[in-house]
Amino acid sequence: MRPTDLLSFASQSLLRARMRSSMMLIAMAIGVAAVVMLTALGEGARRYVTSEFSALGTNLIIVLPGKTETGGINPGLLGGDTPRDLTIADAESLLKLRTVQQAAPMIVGQATISSGSRERDTLLMGSTRSLFEVRRWGVKQGEELPAIAWDQTASFCVIGGNVARELYPNETAVGKWLRVGERRFRIVGVIGSEGRSIGFDVQDLVIVPVATAMSIYNRTTLFRILVSTRSADDIQRARTDIIETLKARHQGVEDVTVITQDALMSTFNGIFTVLTLALGAIAAVSLLVAGVLIMNVMLVAVSQRTAEIGLLKALGARPAQITRLFLMEAVLLALLGSLIGLGIGELVTWVARKILPFDAVAPVWAVVFGIVTALICGLVFGIMPARRASRLDPVLALAGKM
Amino acid sequence: MIELQHISRFFLVGSETVHALDDVTLTIHDGEFVAVMGPSGSGKSTLLHILGLLDRPTAGTYLLDGTDTTSLDANAVARVRGEHVGFIFQTFHLVPRLTALENVELPMLLASRPPSERRARARELLERVGLADRMEHRPDQLSGGQRQRVAIARAMIMKPTVLLADEPTGNLDTVSGRDVLDALAKLNAEGLTLIVVTHDSQVGGRARRRITMRDGKVLDDVRA
Repeated sequence: MRPTDLLSFASQSLLRARMRSSMMLIAMAIGVAAVVMLTALGEGARRYVTSEFSALGTNLIIVLPGKTETGGINPGLLGGDTPRDLTIADAESLLKLRTVQQAAPMIVGQATISSGSRERDTLLMGSTRSLFEVRRWGVKQGEELPAIAWDQTASFCVIGGNVARELYPNETAVGKWLRVGERRFRIVGVIGSEGRSIGFDVQDLVIVPVATAMSIYNRTTLFRILVSTRSADDIQRARTDIIETLKARHQGVEDVTVITQDALMSTFNGIFTVLTLALGAIAAVSLLVAGVLIMNVMLVAVSQRTAEIGLLKALGARPAQITRLFLMEAVLLALLGSLIGLGIGELVTWVARKILPFDAVAPVWAVVFGIVTALICGLVFGIMPARRASRLDPVLALAGKM
Repeated sequence: MIELQHISRFFLVGSETVHALDDVTLTIHDGEFVAVMGPSGSGKSTLLHILGLLDRPTAGTYLLDGTDTTSLDANAVARVRGEHVGFIFQTFHLVPRLTALENVELPMLLASRPPSERRARARELLERVGLADRMEHRPDQLSGGQRQRVAIARAMIMKPTVLLADEPTGNLDTVSGRDVLDALAKLNAEGLTLIVVTHDSQVGGRARRRITMRDGKVLDDVRA
């Protein structure tokens, strides 16, 4: 049989059995659509997290006290204990490095703040004016922390938008006094909406000079130092420089962990890629189910068309030709079904893009994987019915008996 | 030429062995018109299936044009069926979704012949059986007699040497039956070997040779 004849013969018999064909198409379409939609979600989440990280600054380096042997997230990041102090002087020393553009020491703690009768718990951060440059935060009112010596205490603060709104509703926060524990701070600025961070909302923050915060919490070590490099290319060099500098300052002991933005990003990237893979694999199970359905329906088709198979044999069809004919039908259905599924999946993810905060786009590999899996399913599950058809006894088949 | 030597075909039905054909030896020459007659269960259908290579004998030798068909594999048997044998069935066996023309083309399609060749030949054959104006009709738009004539055209498209008909008029009224029989007789007159299995004595009457079967054996073999 010529390939074109095979194709037209198979499609004619599919068209004839509309109910049967559409059932299989639906099953296949659902499977492929599921792969497309689920991987799109995973991929969208990955992109979202990646872009959030990028918003933190691509040439950002984080220095944490304590040395971790394993890569990835340091316990210090979550507030573990700190073997050796990372001091304000350590942070200042980094400014001398040629690869370092700016550094910001940081200490974080909980605090109860109040203004008049209004009171709330919030996150208190001690840092310097350079923090705003490193993290690319700005102020929408007033100004950033004044430039004072890093080891000098002072009673002014910059607050987040939420803090301003809750404690000073319908009035200007800048210039007002804010009570933090027993101390009073004059508000000099309100953080702009471009401020972003992972793990907490910048708008809930109160930022005071770093030396002041250290004295509030009676700590001698920084929570971390944030460093920005002159360019993204300098990151690896700056990392080495920082480690060397701090090692020299700490009697030759390498007792800090330096996390680069891209290392952190690649960790999350890895997590989300695995998540997307897992979602794709789960969706692929539905393709398998669709494959089993194809097998069932093809078996029914074979028994319904027994007489036709007998006739084809009487007209000189070889067993292999009969096999090919039924396989072609199964593969055609799988192909058509997966294309429909692709359409549905893309449509749903398009709608999702309009609703969700992140871009849900199915990765190319997932689309290819979905279609290829569908075809393989059609082929594998089509073989059994096709072979059964090819083995029918012509005399019995002509009489309509299996 | 068809030569059957000591052909037997046994079926196992439950624990009982049925002798559908029991040591049949038969020679049919090219161009003969043979009617195989006998009551149902006499083995005449089984004989036709074996002649058409749809079934294999349990014992014996079947030579078709000098070739021993009993040793052929499934693919070779399929080729012989396609090229040397044409089948006519009582229930026509047309593919319902295909037009008359496409049904006639089917054997050539299976044999990978080019579309232009098979289309031309199918048209020619349909014209010969008087269906020039019914080529694009589907089987359900044709009468019984017309359907059987489509089947005859289909059986002829590969230019077979022998035409096997199993009760070709069994589902037809007298007039259509006569038309179909006329068409078959005409093909036989052009040199085609024609073997018809039938109950119908009218059909048997037109054959030049009548083989009567009973209990799997040839009871009578008469030439007119």
